[in-house]
Amino acid sequence: MQRSVPYHAVLGALMVLVLSGISLFVGVSDLSVRDVLAGGDEAMIFMVSRIPRTLAIILTGSSLAIAGLLFQMLARNRFVEPSTAGTVESAGLGLLVTILFFPASSVFVKMLIASGFAIAGTLLFLRILKSVPRSSPLLVPLVGLMLGGIIGSVATFFAYRFDLLQLLGTWTNGEFSGVLKSRYELLWLTAVLAGVAYLAADRFTILGLGEDVSVTLGLNFAQVRNLGLVIVSVISAVIVVTVGAIPFLGLVVPNIASRMVGDNLRASVPWAAALGASILLVCDMIGRVIRYPYEVPIGTVFGVVGSALFLYLLLGKRSHAA
Amino acid sequence: MLPDTGWRIAALAGLGLIAAAMFMTIGIPPGAFDFAIAFRGTKLAGLILVAYAIGVSTVLFHTVTGNRILTPSIMGFDALYLLVQIGLVFTLGGSGMLAIPEQWKFVAEVILMMGFASALFLWLFGESGRSLHLTLLVGIIFGVLFRSLSSFMSRLIDPSEFVVVQGASFASFNAINEDLLMISAVLCLATLPFLWSVYRKLDVLALGRDHAINLGLSYRRLVLTVLCVVAMLVSVSTALVGPITFFGLLVAHLTYIIVGDSRHGATLPAVVLVSAAVLIGGQAVFEHVLGLQGALSIVIDFLGGLVFLFLLLRGYSR
Repeated sequence: MQRSVPYHAVLGALMVLVLSGISLFVGVSDLSVRDVLAGGDEAMIFMVSRIPRTLAIILTGSSLAIAGLLFQMLARNRFVEPSTAGTVESAGLGLLVTILFFPASSVFVKMLIASGFAIAGTLLFLRILKSVPRSSPLLVPLVGLMLGGIIGSVATFFAYRFDLLQLLGTWTNGEFSGVLKSRYELLWLTAVLAGVAYLAADRFTILGLGEDVSVTLGLNFAQVRNLGLVIVSVISAVIVVTVGAIPFLGLVVPNIASRMVGDNLRASVPWAAALGASILLVCDMIGRVIRYPYEVPIGTVFGVVGSALFLYLLLGKRSHAA
Repeated sequence: MLPDTGWRIAALAGLGLIAAAMFMTIGIPPGAFDFAIAFRGTKLAGLILVAYAIGVSTVLFHTVTGNRILTPSIMGFDALYLLVQIGLVFTLGGSGMLAIPEQWKFVAEVILMMGFASALFLWLFGESGRSLHLTLLVGIIFGVLFRSLSSFMSRLIDPSEFVVVQGASFASFNAINEDLLMISAVLCLATLPFLWSVYRKLDVLALGRDHAINLGLSYRRLVLTVLCVVAMLVSVSTALVGPITFFGLLVAHLTYIIVGDSRHGATLPAVVLVSAAVLIGGQAVFEHVLGLQGALSIVIDFLGGLVFLFLLLRGYSR
């Protein structure tokens, strides 16, 4: 174990706290701390809109980062995450199918079916991965992106056929402006899953060393792999159903985290969670103030930030990709 | 030329004509003949231009990159065109842009696009030793970056009208931008004499950089001019119907399989015919038979994605 873990955890937690504090007081309605403590309308806005929104962002950012980290261990590849593996598109397809066939179902049922689709899509990706040689790491995200595109075009076709293109737009572009009290609670499930990932962090670290090493070290490889698969898929599905897709977050954040603290998940999971939440909080604030009083959806803001960071990871000086 | 190449191209031309005839005649309601012919004629002209632009630009790009899996749209060129388009509105202001005629705006966009696309290409391919996978991935992510930037800017211009711009980023063969038909036709025709003058040089270029230079080709100049033509053609097709990621890949590989001759004297005319036959025939079926006007681009994306995945996994590079 590294000695520096508590220090990182404290620093990360502090960063998230400070940013959340700023985030709570940025918005269309002008609020100050005194107003909120005085009660009345301001306190209402604070409780119903601001706090849920900030919590939703923290949960989404941290769980997506953790999902990406786990996925990179599962696939043993630096450039994999739910949006570069067809997981997100599969979840979206599941959501679409639910809305077509069981329009009256609850959010929870939608989430369950979307999770099932996400697991199936991820399994398909991992199956295809078996035919990709380990010597070409960059082929993996390429294949994943294409698989996602193919699944996405199936979803687009159904959406077009049944006039649901508008709906498709809502899950392909993440947005927090609709987050209010009692509309985001499902996201707490991601916190539970992230907690499970942290508890099993050492097992996932060993999993990242490959099947042979894992088995030699006495790990139940299939069991841990399936656990990781479920965690990644369900986190993706919950986020697609509640706020929509946020591409590349699960890719760039774990990469930055592992450059800081290495590949021991016990150390990098908290760090990745803090970074993911912080980046998303900053992007959300940018989206809220840049075109005041209108809002730019976070999916759009992070689309720019995330793809720029991804390009930096690919082309930067210390790139592991060659 | 191989002995039967001429016949194959003639057969393709026949196919193209059949597709065009289908598109023009199937399912015309009685009494609306004149109107339908005029209406469909405009659409047909647009489809032919798009087929020409996408087919030729893809084959040229394959030659320049020495690689048959890279296409301009996979490398983010059409997303770049959309970014140039929205960037112009963003910098000059919406009201100022409205006063300029559509055609002049388009010419300005094409010129900017040529500059940006060449710069991007030189930067990506200037450093030798980058692997194919890295180049592909960087191209795709650049496409995502350009699209995100476009939608970001469109939000900043006018929140109430961003839907219009979003509509432009969804490909449709059904809504062809008719204001730009004439100018697009002029631009496409202008490429013909250029192609006529370089098509033999392109065969040399296809041997790879070192061989081409050894054989006395002014490599860099040729690559740059070809790239400018590619950028122009991408602008034409994107302006007319929006971005279509995989159509070029699909028709180019169909052409290579059908023609079996990799000389440009054969592939360039053939790819135009193949893409015209696929596009017009496909649109005829989807629009007049199935009544799913907008679905062709989605189906093409699906099939093209499968082809691309197949090529990737087979390790196809030349």
